[in-house]
Amino acid sequence: MLLLQKSAKVKHILRKWSPFKAPSRFGSYKISHHKYDCLVIGAGGAGLRAAIGLAQQNFSVAVVSKLFPTRSHTIAAQGGMNAAIGSMHEDDWRWHYYDTVKGSDWLGDQDSIQVLTRDAPSCVYELENMGMPFSRNAEGKIYQRSFGGGTKMRGKEIAKRTCCVADRTGHSLLHTLYGYSTKFDHVKHFTEFFVLDLLMQDNAIVGALAFDMDDTSLHRFQAKNTVICTGGYPRMFFSCTAAHTCTGDGCSMVSRLGLPLQDMEFIQFHPTGMYGSGCLMTEGCRGEGGYLVNSEGVRFMEKYAPKAKDLASRDVVSRSMATEIRQGRGVGPKKDHIFLQLHHLPAQTIKEKLPGISETAYTFTGTDVYTQPVPVIPTVHYTMGGIAINYKGEAIIYKNGKDEIIPGLHAAGEAVSNCHGANRLGANSILDTVVFGRAIGVNIGKLFKPGESQPSLKDNLVDASIDNFEMVRNAKGTIQPDVLRLNMRTTMQNKCGVFREAKLLNEAQSEIDQWYKAFSDIKVTDQRLNFNTDLIEALELQNMLQAAVQVVSCARNRTESRGAHFRDDFPKREDEMDYSKPTEGQTPKPIEQHWRKHSLSHVDLQSGKVAISYRPVVDQPLDSEVEFIPPVPRVY
Amino acid sequence: MPFLRITSGTFGQLRTFATSTALGKRVKTFAVYRWNPDEPDKKPYTQNFEVDLDDCAPMVLDALLKIKNEIDPTLTFRRSCREGVCGSCAMNIDGINTLACISHIDQNTSKPTKIYPLPHMYVVKDLVPDLTNFYRQYQSIQPWLQRENEAGKGKETQLLQDVEDRAKLDGLYECVLCACCSTSCPSYWWNGDKYLGPAVLMQAYRWIIDSRDDATAKRLSKLKDTYSVYRCHTIMNCTRTCPKGLNPGRAIAQIKTLLSGMVKKPDPIMDPAGLQKQAAQN
Ligand SMILES: Cc1cc2nc3c(=O)[nH]c(=O)nc-3n(C[C@H](O)[C@H](O)[C@H](O)COP(=O)(O)OP(=O)(O)OC[C@H]3O[C@@H](n4cnc5c(N)ncnc54)[C@H](O)[C@@H]3O)c2cc1C
Ligand code: SF4
Ligand code: SF4
Ligand code: FES
Repeated sequence: MLLLQKSAKVKHILRKWSPFKAPSRFGSYKISHHKYDCLVIGAGGAGLRAAIGLAQQNFSVAVVSKLFPTRSHTIAAQGGMNAAIGSMHEDDWRWHYYDTVKGSDWLGDQDSIQVLTRDAPSCVYELENMGMPFSRNAEGKIYQRSFGGGTKMRGKEIAKRTCCVADRTGHSLLHTLYGYSTKFDHVKHFTEFFVLDLLMQDNAIVGALAFDMDDTSLHRFQAKNTVICTGGYPRMFFSCTAAHTCTGDGCSMVSRLGLPLQDMEFIQFHPTGMYGSGCLMTEGCRGEGGYLVNSEGVRFMEKYAPKAKDLASRDVVSRSMATEIRQGRGVGPKKDHIFLQLHHLPAQTIKEKLPGISETAYTFTGTDVYTQPVPVIPTVHYTMGGIAINYKGEAIIYKNGKDEIIPGLHAAGEAVSNCHGANRLGANSILDTVVFGRAIGVNIGKLFKPGESQPSLKDNLVDASIDNFEMVRNAKGTIQPDVLRLNMRTTMQNKCGVFREAKLLNEAQSEIDQWYKAFSDIKVTDQRLNFNTDLIEALELQNMLQAAVQVVSCARNRTESRGAHFRDDFPKREDEMDYSKPTEGQTPKPIEQHWRKHSLSHVDLQSGKVAISYRPVVDQPLDSEVEFIPPVPRVY
Repeated sequence: MPFLRITSGTFGQLRTFATSTALGKRVKTFAVYRWNPDEPDKKPYTQNFEVDLDDCAPMVLDALLKIKNEIDPTLTFRRSCREGVCGSCAMNIDGINTLACISHIDQNTSKPTKIYPLPHMYVVKDLVPDLTNFYRQYQSIQPWLQRENEAGKGKETQLLQDVEDRAKLDGLYECVLCACCSTSCPSYWWNGDKYLGPAVLMQAYRWIIDSRDDATAKRLSKLKDTYSVYRCHTIMNCTRTCPKGLNPGRAIAQIKTLLSGMVKKPDPIMDPAGLQKQAAQN
């Protein structure tokens, strides 16, 4: 076998940037400077959709991503994306709106939910027109399946609203968007560039500092508008369905600017992660008619959610499974998991609608889904918290009683928090990446023109970031990153999981604080400059720790149960009124006395201490097309 | 199954990972290719690592992660999804190009598992190949849907596609762009600068055969020169190696029949613009 060895010369020819005078703090640092109208950080569904919208309006766009676009985590989405396009039955986006508000346990901003559900059909059509190979029904229209929490007429019947490409919807979405983005010469992909920090000057975001993984050279990207699309932070847990690279980098970048993150405590457990590997069995399995059984062979969801059964919302199903296991009805030698049964379905359905997952189930658990049940367990899947954005995709902070935008900063995708509230509905996520990715393009197009002049950047803008980078790169402490990472994950998994309570959370807090501090004693072994994944993993660990302290603090602080956040010691949802009774005659409690509000967390970087404040939930939809949906007890 | 280590409060009780993990009974040797082009005086070599299979999850990627975590943090490879869908972890394992995350470790401990980067590619470091040329070739086929009449902005509606027409894309669209096939193709080894290779050609075919796409003639004519397609001598290494069970060799053969004019792309069973036309009438 022949392996070519690339000389330094060839490497230079391949390089896409041109070096620049660039200010540099240390003599040893050369920083290349790049200037674009827009900088998009992350090339998953959200980043690519934002980049395309911007390019269509002739903005110059740099898409900077630590992964080649089609390696992004969006690739893994299986089940589909919700949109009331009515291929299978009469449908109305307002029903989708209702389901999403209810799914969020009334913590989702209703103006954003309006945009999400109203714009869903046109976003799906756009993708189809770009070439996305949707599965089809007999009329040749986009095929739609059932998914958890999706109903017709406000909970009356189960809907088929989830548009899909067999069980490879994310794969098709991402390949379609990437392919389409290559159509535009003014979209420049900076692939395998790791973004370290955002740059803030005069209270506006003016770009970001990144390094090229190929040679660890530093690159300063200046842009009138920056869009964060870096995905979620599920990898801080031991067992999760998400990729190794889902480390919440963008969220922590925002924290490092001293800005708050929103609702970090809300972590979604997917009912059906494969026991052992954590790989996902899509909710589409249950959407196509599969169901869960316990050790007695009983389809137990009928008990917990008489109407929706196995298609109740994810938090509800996960808790029901955990309850079954707690009460001794788990399966397997340790009675610590549950079976997902598909083999009662027609083989044709499995073959046509769930081919990918049949293959993965066989690879990772050795089960043949045509004849055997698959061992599954609730597994961390999605992170609802993140950068607070409004319905236009603008990053916001809450100041003096109102939302204010952070000039120059937009965000979308799993890195943000706006419409999923306390619990995201299945198949609403890759939807939100395209809806808000597109909304950002529209918004920037309204406010800016291509080629607008940009301020000159101060030389010391990147200092703090380089200091930290240097510190990590040369870290010669005593703790292996892997050990610390495992400790963090174990703490999060065991003490900040499906069921939470004060005692566990207090332990979680003291442990996670300890891991946070321990980072300063970390050891990075690989000192070489090219493709240093040891360094990258250490930086990702730092990002996860900065987010994890916020998750734990917010979970400890929220003394109620809402959506994915369930406290054994505070099992009730605390709204401004008691919505289980008629509200007539009740006076709403002031915001300090109830929990229907967003948590905003600030982290002190030195100590890891977290300060929490609050922001009211946006209850007003954008216009009269829909009405505010008042809270009711959430049953399925 | 990964083994969950319960760690307690203090660092004094943490494991030290510097020691070899090779204490169990089923110790397997992994012979891994190491090379760093930034250190030109050091020649490429293979390094042996010993891993206790009883303390390691079942896939080759799990073993590599274990080595990186516990023995040598400088070992370098790409990975992301760990479930065979992102295409990051393509490498040559015991002579076969495949995805490490869905390759079961050969449980026979008497012989080592040999791990090399994808063959005939520039190496960035250890198991990381440079895929710049591969990606550029992918872009060259214009991987997006092209229609003569595009719907106006804001007027988008779905194009229709019959189930049978849609089924023609099965076995094509699932490609994860891992490059396992292209880097197993002798024609690609020697003419990789000009010959598009099986992965990219299969994607070219995916767009050619899509009943919604109108640019068939243009797409085919771009493939006409002697290098783009005709370097394929139907050796079928590509199909044999594809970790997703796809058949790029067959797709290339189908492009050739279309190019030869022996076969024409069938007309769509349903008019893709059916709904658009309906909407225009109303
Ligand atoms: C197994 C699985 C199945 C799922 N199935 C569904 C489904 O069926 N339906 C649904 O709606 N949702 C599903 N989801 C959720 C959904 O896939 C994700 O929420 C969504 O894809 C996130 O997209 P994104 O664009 O925000 O981020 P990602 O796709 O995660 O992309 C993040 C991008 O940011 C880049 N990046 C991150 N950090 C940095 C940095 N420091 N520097 C530079 N670049 C960086 C990465 O390279 C990447 O390109 C699923 C999730 C999982 C785990
Ligand atoms: S069939 Fe063609 S593409 Fe495939 S390995 Fe052989 S020559 Fe290469
Ligand atoms: S055809 Fe198969 S081997 Fe080739 S790139 Fe696609 S998935 Fe990989
Ligand atoms: S890590 Fe994604 S394919 Fe192996």
